[in-house]
Amino acid sequence: MGERLIELRNIAKSYGRVFAVGGVNFHVDRGEVVGLLGDNGAGKSTLIKMLAGAIEPTSGDILVRGKRETRWNAARSRDAGIETVFQDRALCVQQTITRNIFLGREATNALGFLDARRERAEAERLMREIGFTSKVFTPDSIVGQLSGGERQGVALARAVYNKADLIVMDEPTTALSLTETEKVFRFVRAVRAGGRSVLFIGHNIHHVFDIAERFVVMDRGTVALQATKEEVGTAERLIAYMERLAHPQGIEIPPSPGHRPEAAA
Amino acid sequence: MSASLEPIDARAKPVARPPESAMRRFADRNRAALGTFAVFVVMIAIFIAASPLVFLHWPIYDSVLVTLPVALCLVVPLVFVVTVGEIDLSFPATMGFSAWIFALIVHAGLSPFLGIVAALATGMALGAGVGALVVTAGLSSLIATLGMNYMLRGFIMIVTQGKSIALLELQDSTAGALFSGQIYGFPVQIFWALAFVVFAAMLFNRHRFGARVRAVGDNPDSASQMGINVSRVRISTFVFMGLGAALAGVLSTMVNFTWWPTTGDGYLLPAIASVFVGGTPTWGGVGTITGGAIGALTVSFIQSGIVAAGLSGFYVQFFNGLIIILALLGHRWNQKRYR
Repeated sequence: MGERLIELRNIAKSYGRVFAVGGVNFHVDRGEVVGLLGDNGAGKSTLIKMLAGAIEPTSGDILVRGKRETRWNAARSRDAGIETVFQDRALCVQQTITRNIFLGREATNALGFLDARRERAEAERLMREIGFTSKVFTPDSIVGQLSGGERQGVALARAVYNKADLIVMDEPTTALSLTETEKVFRFVRAVRAGGRSVLFIGHNIHHVFDIAERFVVMDRGTVALQATKEEVGTAERLIAYMERLAHPQGIEIPPSPGHRPEAAA
Repeated sequence: MSASLEPIDARAKPVARPPESAMRRFADRNRAALGTFAVFVVMIAIFIAASPLVFLHWPIYDSVLVTLPVALCLVVPLVFVVTVGEIDLSFPATMGFSAWIFALIVHAGLSPFLGIVAALATGMALGAGVGALVVTAGLSSLIATLGMNYMLRGFIMIVTQGKSIALLELQDSTAGALFSGQIYGFPVQIFWALAFVVFAAMLFNRHRFGARVRAVGDNPDSASQMGINVSRVRISTFVFMGLGAALAGVLSTMVNFTWWPTTGDGYLLPAIASVFVGGTPTWGGVGTITGGAIGALTVSFIQSGIVAAGLSGFYVQFFNGLIIILALLGHRWNQKRYR
């Protein structure tokens, strides 16, 4: 494996006395696709929001390329090379596609005036790269006019623009059509081929199993399983493992063709 | 018949992008401002039809040009505040307060230019205070700024005991010539106000600050998740409002060479009306500076126009309201809100 890109050490988030995430160790290396799984309320979204700097951890450390971060927030997270495609896509729907791609990362001159020509050209290029099929839309189109899949495309374009080392995708295929889902997969593979990392959060275990090479399963705020694809073997075994988490009695994990998954401490 | 398994997409011709003329793009981008301009033109046409004698001669326009600069300095920054999703009702008192500082400095025999700088600094500081109260303390801007307006005005009244300050020394000064003279028959203040409008429009449309104001007003959660300091952007709009109010205060004091403790009082509702007549919607995320400026022009014209058209002053309020409602109906039809 490559360099340790990001590491969360004993990270926890509590709301009053309720722990959304309680002491999780988690890491992503350079060039790997990690699948983050877990039921609703397992703490996946809380975990990645802490990674994105959108919410502050109650305790624990965040390390970027081995260095401990002290003042972690959304701007710092993006500076560190982490781009997050949030579940709600974090778009401003009354603004143009260009403005959304450059949201919080405007291309300006020294006085802070926008470099409109560069932004527009860059937006046009990114839209082609992401595969905007509809020719009706230009970088000047308002995001509110776009369909769900196209809005997802804008969020992905934004993540690509920053040349991030790690792209975090929170349930990127939810409510997308088959072709749009395929587009997201192609996107993940392209990012991976470029030597960058992806953290893929999903409900559909088949989707996650196909795309990721390492899996982290969360359950009620803790990591219940960390295993590579070889260790898991088949999607069915992963599903069975997760069902056993939900209903501890009565589900047997089918025998592995290779190794057995190890439960994390 | 044999069904083809080839995807339909592969055979369909791609939808061609409709050819986009530069004029069409301009119209799309400035929809609200153009709508406001249409309202203005219709209003002037009615005025001319009603009273050609008055409206085809210059003096009526001259009288509007005297009141307009102050209105522009208030309306334009208010567009920023509304676009970011807040409202400011404290600017009349900020205007009076900043102008007071200006008057005190001039009255003490110091340079009027120092007075202007001090007034602008005061306005920005008051704006920062109001902004911090709204944003940091998390108060409703509608109520908190209303409270600030009363408090500041009350403070002025308590300290001055309601007495005005005459600034006759300004009359022959350089500052007086620069800020209250005439150029080619135009009051010089209108040029200062127009320069401010152009500056604000650049800031709003072409600067990072304007882009962030729109983003925060559009969706503060998204803006914050993308690393924008939402509180700072919000407070900055109040600071800019304070700057505009201070400028308005200085200009209005310069017109009369007198500062009154009520300076700014009459501007609250016309300025707010101008923003919305100008085509900036109430929900935040979008706004138009050009539209706001035309809105200010429209609202300024109503008053002089109606009196000049030969109707009694009692009609002013009625027509004020009528034009506001008609303009809003027009924008309602002209705007689409995306969610």
